[in-house]
Amino acid sequence: MLRQIEGSRAVAQTVALCRPEVVCAYPISPQTHIIEALGEMVKKGELSPCEFINVESEFAAMSVAIGASAAGARAFTATASQGLLFMMEAVYNAGGLGLPIVMTLANRAVGAPINIWNDHSDAMAARDAGWVQLFAETIQESADLHIQAFRLAEELSVPVMVCMDGFILTHATEQVDLPSQALVDSFLPPYEPRQVLDPAEPYSIGAMVGPEAFEEVRYLAHARQLTALGRIGELGAEFAETFGRDSGGLVHPYRSADADVIVVAMGSVLGTIKDVVDEQRDAGLRIGALGITSFRPFPIDAVRSALGSARHVVVLEKAFSVGFGGVLSTDVAMALSGLPVSVSTVVAGLGGRPITKVSLRGVFEAALRGESERLTFLDLNVALVERELERMALQRRSGPTAENMLRDLGVVASRIG
Amino acid sequence: MSVRFYQVGSFAVGNRLVNRSDRTVQSDAERANSLTSGHRACQGCGEALGARYALDAAMRATGGQMVAVNATGCLEVFSTPYPETSWQIAWFHSLFGNAPAVATGVAAALRVKGRSETRVIGQAGDGGTVDIGFGCLSGMFERNDDVLFICYDNEAYMNTGVQRSGATPPAARTATTEAVGPQPGNSFGQGKNMPELAMAHGIPYVATATVADLHDLEDKVTRAMELHGARYIHILVTCPLGWGSAPGDTVKVARLATQTGLFPVFEAEHGEVVRASPIRRPAPVEEYLRLQGRYAHLFDAAGNPARPDIIAALQAMADRNIARYGLLETEAVAP
Repeated sequence: MLRQIEGSRAVAQTVALCRPEVVCAYPISPQTHIIEALGEMVKKGELSPCEFINVESEFAAMSVAIGASAAGARAFTATASQGLLFMMEAVYNAGGLGLPIVMTLANRAVGAPINIWNDHSDAMAARDAGWVQLFAETIQESADLHIQAFRLAEELSVPVMVCMDGFILTHATEQVDLPSQALVDSFLPPYEPRQVLDPAEPYSIGAMVGPEAFEEVRYLAHARQLTALGRIGELGAEFAETFGRDSGGLVHPYRSADADVIVVAMGSVLGTIKDVVDEQRDAGLRIGALGITSFRPFPIDAVRSALGSARHVVVLEKAFSVGFGGVLSTDVAMALSGLPVSVSTVVAGLGGRPITKVSLRGVFEAALRGESERLTFLDLNVALVERELERMALQRRSGPTAENMLRDLGVVASRIG
Repeated sequence: MSVRFYQVGSFAVGNRLVNRSDRTVQSDAERANSLTSGHRACQGCGEALGARYALDAAMRATGGQMVAVNATGCLEVFSTPYPETSWQIAWFHSLFGNAPAVATGVAAALRVKGRSETRVIGQAGDGGTVDIGFGCLSGMFERNDDVLFICYDNEAYMNTGVQRSGATPPAARTATTEAVGPQPGNSFGQGKNMPELAMAHGIPYVATATVADLHDLEDKVTRAMELHGARYIHILVTCPLGWGSAPGDTVKVARLATQTGLFPVFEAEHGEVVRASPIRRPAPVEEYLRLQGRYAHLFDAAGNPARPDIIAALQAMADRNIARYGLLETEAVAP
C-alpha cells in the first residue's frame, strides 16, 4: 500500500514487519527516528514479542545485539557516524562470530570536525568488519533492503548493514509501498540459528583461536560473503517476484550498455546522476551510470562486465581514504584490471555538501572529452584551502584549522548554509 | 599410608560435620563442574577457584538452567584455548569491555523467547569490570536487567602481564606502577570502590566475597539466584603470579585480606548494607603485605618495614573499612 511517509518511519515499519525480537537503541542523528518509531511500536504492543532496550552507548547497543543474537533472537539496531565508530570493536566481533544482526546505518560524516550531515565515511570505516554492506538508492529501497537483509543474514549467519543516506533518505518524505505482514512472512521465515546459547546443548562460543586455525576461521567469513554474492542477486529476484518491484541485487546499470563513459556511485546520489545522464543522452552523449548496491561483498565480476566495454569510468564517492583517494574506486579499478578502461575518482558530497546537477554535468563532460584527472574533489574551494595553507606556513601557532576556515568564509560554526 | 587432618588456621567447620543440606556444592558428587579440570590457569589461581565455586553454586541454584557470558581476560584465555574448552555450561565470550551488555542481550532474548527460567551470569576480572567494562556494567545495573554479574578481582590486568587497573591497591607494584622512586608502586588515590558503586545503583543485591570463605561465596551466589534484576558479586581472588605470593598461600592471603580489614566482606540489598562478616581474628596489614612480592619494596632485606609511612597509610585504609562496615563490632577471638 502506497503511503506518504518519512524514510525513517518507512524503515522502522518495515523492520517491525520483519518481527525483530530484540531492538537496542542509542540515539545518534540521523538514525534516531528509526529507533524512536520502533520503541513506540513496542510500547504500544504493536510489535510483540519484542524487547526494546535503551542502552548507554553504541558499543552497548551492538553488544546487546550480539548477546541477543547468540541466544537465538532476531536482533536489530541502528546507528550512524561516530556511533558506528564507537561500536566498531563489537561490529567486528559480530562479523567474526557470524551473528546475523541487521543494522541500519544512516550514513553520516565522521569527525573531526564534527558534522552531522551525510556522506559515506562511516560505512567505509566498517568496510572490512565482515558485514554485508548494502547501499539503498531510495527510501523504498531502504525499506525493502531490510527485509532482504534479515533473510540473507540468517541464511548465511552473517551480519548485514543497510546503508541509507542520512537526512537525504532518513528525513525525506515520499510515497513508499509498505508490504503486508503476510507478504513479509512469506518471504522471511523465523530465525533458526546455526549456533545458540542453550543449557540443553552447552556450547562454548567465542573461544580463543591461535595461528593454527585463525586463517581458516577468517577464510570462512570470506567464504560466507562469497556465497552472499550469489544469494543477493537471487534474493533480489525472489523479492521482485513476491513484492512486485525491483530492490536490491548487486548492481544496477543505467543506460550504460553502449556508453563511452560510465559513472559509478552508491546511494541516493544516483538519482541526480541519472537525471544528468538523461539530459546528456538527450544531447546525444554516450554516457551511462552504474549503481552499486552491494559494496561488501564486492561484486567484482558484475562490475567488470557492466563497465568492461566503456572507455572511461568515473567513480563518484562520498568518502575518501586520506592520503590516497578513492575507496570504491580502488575496488572498481581492481575489477577492471587488464582491461583498457581508465578510472578516475571524484570525491563529492562530503559532510552534506550538495551534489548539484551543474557540477556533475561539468565532471561528466570533462570525462567525455577525455580530460578527467585521476582524483578531483568536487566543488572544492581551492582559495579557502590555500589561505589556510598559507597561514600554516607563515606561523607555527596558526590556530584551529576549522575555525580559521569558517572565519575566512564569514560564517560561524553554528550557522552553516 | 596414614591420613592427616590439618588444622587450617581458620574457623571452618569440616564439611562432614554439618548437615547434608548445609554442605558445600563442591562436596556434592552431582556438582556441575562448570569449569572442569584440564584448564590452563596458573598454580594456585584464585580466579579459577572462585569461578568454579561460583558457577557450580549458580548451576545448583538454577537447576542447570543457566548461560554464562565471559569478558576477555585470564578466565577466558585459560579456559578456552581453541579447540578445547573447560566449560561444561553454555558459555559465551564476545569482548573485553562488553560482557554486561552481552549478558543483557542474552537475558532479553531468553525473555522474548519465553524462557526466563534460564538465568544469565556475566563475569569478568577487575579490568573488565571496573575499567573497560564499567560503562556497560553501569548501564546494566541502571536498567536492572536480570543478570548476575560477578567480578573476580585480582587487582590488576594479570592476563596481559600484571598492569595496573582501577582496582589496584595503593603501593602495589605492577608492571605499570613500578616499585621505584619516592612513591614506589601504585599511587594513593581515591580508589574505585566497585561494590559501593554497584550499591549506588540501588540494585537488589550486592555482595563481596573471597576465595578464603568459599562456603560464604556459594551462599551469596545462591542468594543472588533467588532474586531477579541486576545483582553483583565482587570476589577477591588471589593471583600468585601478579601478587608474588606462593601458590599454596592463595587461601591464606585472601583470608588475611579480610582479617586486616583491607577487603570488607558484606552484603547489601537495594543500596543498603544488610550484613557484614565480622573479623574474628584481626591481623595488622603488615602480615598481609609480607606474603606478597608486590609489596616487597615496603620491607628491607632483613624483613623490617622500610616504608613505615606507606604501611601506616595502608593500615589507615583498613581501619577505615573496619569502622565503616562495623567489622569488629562483634567480639574478636584472640589469635
